[in-house]
Formats: sequence, C-alpha cells, structure tokens
Amino acid sequence: MIHTLMRLVILLAAFIGGFSIMTIELLGGRILSPYFGSSVYVWGSIITIFMLSLSFGYLAGGNLSTRNPNPRTFASFFIIAAFLIFPIIYFADFIMEQVFQVIIDPRYGSLVASIGLFLIPTAVLGMISPYSIRLLVSNEEHSGHVAGQLYFVSTLGSALGTLATSFYFVLWFEVNQILWGTVVILLLVGISVLATFYLLNKAANSQQEGLQEGQYES
Amino acid sequence: MKANFKYCLTGRPFLLIAVAILLVVVLPNLAFQSVSAEVIHEQRSLYRDITVVQNGPRRCLIFNVHIGDRNQTCVDINDPEKLVFSYTRMSFAGLLVQPAPQRILVAGLGGGSIPMTLTDLFPDAQIDIVEIDRAVFEVAEDFFFFAENDNMKVTVMDARVFVKRAVLDRVKYDYIVLDAFTGDYIPEHLLTREFLMEVQQIMSPEAVLVANTFSTSRFYDHESVTYQDVFDEFFNFKLPSSGNRIIITSLLPLPQRGELISQAQLFTERLDDYGIPILEYPARLSTSVDWDMSRRVLTDQFSPSNLLRDN
Repeated sequence: MIHTLMRLVILLAAFIGGFSIMTIELLGGRILSPYFGSSVYVWGSIITIFMLSLSFGYLAGGNLSTRNPNPRTFASFFIIAAFLIFPIIYFADFIMEQVFQVIIDPRYGSLVASIGLFLIPTAVLGMISPYSIRLLVSNEEHSGHVAGQLYFVSTLGSALGTLATSFYFVLWFEVNQILWGTVVILLLVGISVLATFYLLNKAANSQQEGLQEGQYES
Repeated sequence: MKANFKYCLTGRPFLLIAVAILLVVVLPNLAFQSVSAEVIHEQRSLYRDITVVQNGPRRCLIFNVHIGDRNQTCVDINDPEKLVFSYTRMSFAGLLVQPAPQRILVAGLGGGSIPMTLTDLFPDAQIDIVEIDRAVFEVAEDFFFFAENDNMKVTVMDARVFVKRAVLDRVKYDYIVLDAFTGDYIPEHLLTREFLMEVQQIMSPEAVLVANTFSTSRFYDHESVTYQDVFDEFFNFKLPSSGNRIIITSLLPLPQRGELISQAQLFTERLDDYGIPILEYPARLSTSVDWDMSRRVLTDQFSPSNLLRDN
C-alpha cells in the first residue's frame, strides 16, 4: 500500500507535469513565429507534434511501468525533461535558422522545427501520467478510480498552465525566463519525489527495526 | 493529458456553435442599425470573418463585424481613386522622405488602396505586397478594384516570413509600408525589435519605412520605445481626427522641416487627385517624445502587445 504522503507528491507532480506541457506548448507559438509566422498552420504544427510526442510518451511510460516501477524512475522523468528544455532556450534560433534556410514552405518548416524543438522533451513529460498510475494503483479494483484521479489532476494542471502562461506569464516575463522557471520547477519536483521516497523508506526501515527490537524484547 | 486531446475534439464544435450563434443573432441586428448599409458579401477565412458593406456609393471592408470592428478600408465606387480614410492618405507622407521609390514593399493588403495608389503614381516601380489572408486578396480584387499588374504582385504569406526571406535573398526596398494591423488584433511578431531589425536589413540606404499603427493606450509607449531603440529617431504623425498614427523613419538622418515643405509642394498637384492634402503634413510630422520612455522594448522574447493594448 502506498503511503499517503507519496500519493500526494505523485499527484502534485502529475499536476505540474501537465502544467509544464501546456506552458511549453503555448510558448511554442511564440518561439516559432519569428521564423514561420503566426498563421494557423504554425499552431497546427505545434499541436500535431505535441500530441504525437505525448502519444509516444504514454506508450513508453506505460511500458517502463511494467519493469520494477519505483519513484526513482518517476523522478528521473522530471529531471531529464528539465534538461531537455535547455536546447529550446539555447539552440532554438540556430535550429530554426537551419530549417528556415532549407525548407521554403513555412508549413513544413514549422513542422520540422517543432519536431526538433519539442518532440523529445514532450515525450518524456508524457511518460509521467501512465507511470504515476502504476505507482498509485495497489489493486485492480480501484485502477479506474486512480486513473480518473490522475487524469483529473494532470489535465487540470494543463488547463491552468495554458491560462497562466497566455494571460499572465507572457505579460510579466520573457519567453526564456518562463522556460527557465519550468526547468527549475521540474527539477524541484524531481528532487521532491526522491526526497519523499528516501524519507519514507528511512522511516519505514527504522519503524521495522523498532518492531524487530520490540519483538526481541518480548 | 488524454483529456486534453478530448478537449480538441469536443471544444472546437462548441466554439463554432458559439460563433455561429453570435453571427446569427448579432449580425442581422447590426445590419438593421445602420439603416441603408447593405451587406453585399460575407466570407469566412482562416483568420477572420470578412464582410463587405455598401452604404450609398461607399463600400467598406469590415473584419470581424460581430465583435464590433469598424471599417478596415472603404472606397467610393463612383470615385475609386479617392482615398476615403485619413490614415490611408497619411501613409503617403513617406513620399516626403523618399520621393521617387523604385522598389516598394507593402505588408498588409486590406482593400488594396495604398498599393493601387502607389502603382498609379509610380507605374515603373516594382511593388511587392505581402498579405497573410488569401481571402482578403480575393475580396480586394472582387470588390475594391484591386488588380495585380506586371510590376505589382501579391504574395500570400506572413509578413515576418516574407521579410526574413528577403533578408536571406538580399533584396532591398526603398519604400516599405507596414499596414498589417487590424482593429482587433496585433500580430505580435511584427512589432518586435528583432522584426524591425530585419526590416532595417531590407531597406536600401535612402529608403523610408512607413508604419500605420494605433495612437492610444499603454501599447503606444511600448511601440514607440521599440521603434526608437532600432531607428533612434522617427517622425510621429498623428491627426486629431484619427485614432491612428503613422511612424515614418529612415536609415539616413530625417529631413528638416524646410525640405519636407519643398517636397510637399512638388507633390501637391499629383496627390490632389487622390484627396491627399500633402501640404498639411510637414507641420504635423513631429520628432518630439510624447511617450513614457521607461516602458519595456518589445522583443521576440517579450511581446504581449494584445494584452498591453487593453490596459
């Protein structure tokens, strides 16, 4: 049975995962527009690539969850995703410059640039949901209930990420500052998951030792 | 995130239904309000709803009528040469800085009255027009007497992409008109320092840049500091009767008032046919700073223009 604290941390992590995905997706429009414009097909490219990478991520996360599911792997998704945002911050212009020179049609240009910038980080973020379900589910009967809860928090996160980014973040910060914020938050989530895991383990171990000692005494 | 995907499937129809209700309920009401105005054409494009309204001899192009947008551009069908709007006329103040353009770029077609006047005035000049919306191009041709010719061509493309391509191809223009803002929405990537620097790169040394924008709200300050950041100095051209302002700038130092007046005198007669009172313009071209210089410069990293406009 999973500890209540771990359960809360995982749900919060899934919420922030959903939030981050939509923050990056919305900024995608901003990032691509200097090279490919803000025509409707630029959004088409971005949404296509996000949906595609999420679908790959779900599949990969689900597969991974069958092999020794544990919070350490779960935490690594956040940490890896955080590092995969760096190329968007530092190499976006270089990547888009190359694509712009080779591909004349901005539809395919924006599609290829989206693949280069967003496919991998979004896929890693997509692994979070199915993996969290595996961590949260302790028996078959309530698996649907857990999945429902998980979709609820992660999609609520996505909704709020969309709203906060488009209404406020772009008004207060620069695009790269928002991306940096996302990096920091994903790292913090990863670290929090690890910390909770080790703390709970330690507590469980000392409790077990205490029990064993008690047994010897009696 | 799966629910996200679901949103895409179910959210769109709801939005469409909402828009449809708005159209059905609000549009006829608007039509009744203006007694003699008659809707002669409606077209929904990827970007907006285009409505052509005729009121007596005046025919107007309106974008997004259901959210209360006003006329984008108008013509007098009995006298199509005449420029009906003051801002359209005002954009010809650029001629005071560059009186003999050979290669012209117009970003934003609208009803096409600016490029039509330019090709009329300078038949030998090569004019490139970039317009994002093919439907606007079609409506301009069908209802606003716009026609391409050997020297004047329309490219359906986002202006930013067009300018970036032109930079790569090392094309230079000596007269650039930025007229890409509709009443309801600012293309934010066309108002950043980086974009203006790209425009700078496609300007020949003696080129003039004429930008038609708004004169109201906090956005005015941001836009002004952004132009100032890239071009140092510009003519700020406002008329009390108009909510628009025209920014006129060049790579060379701006001409003195005297030069502007003598240039205006040379043009008076030629521009009279189009109803452009060019002689009144030099006195209104101001270089004095009337905006808050502490505002942030708009960049590709920070360009919430549409959010700033409402403040």
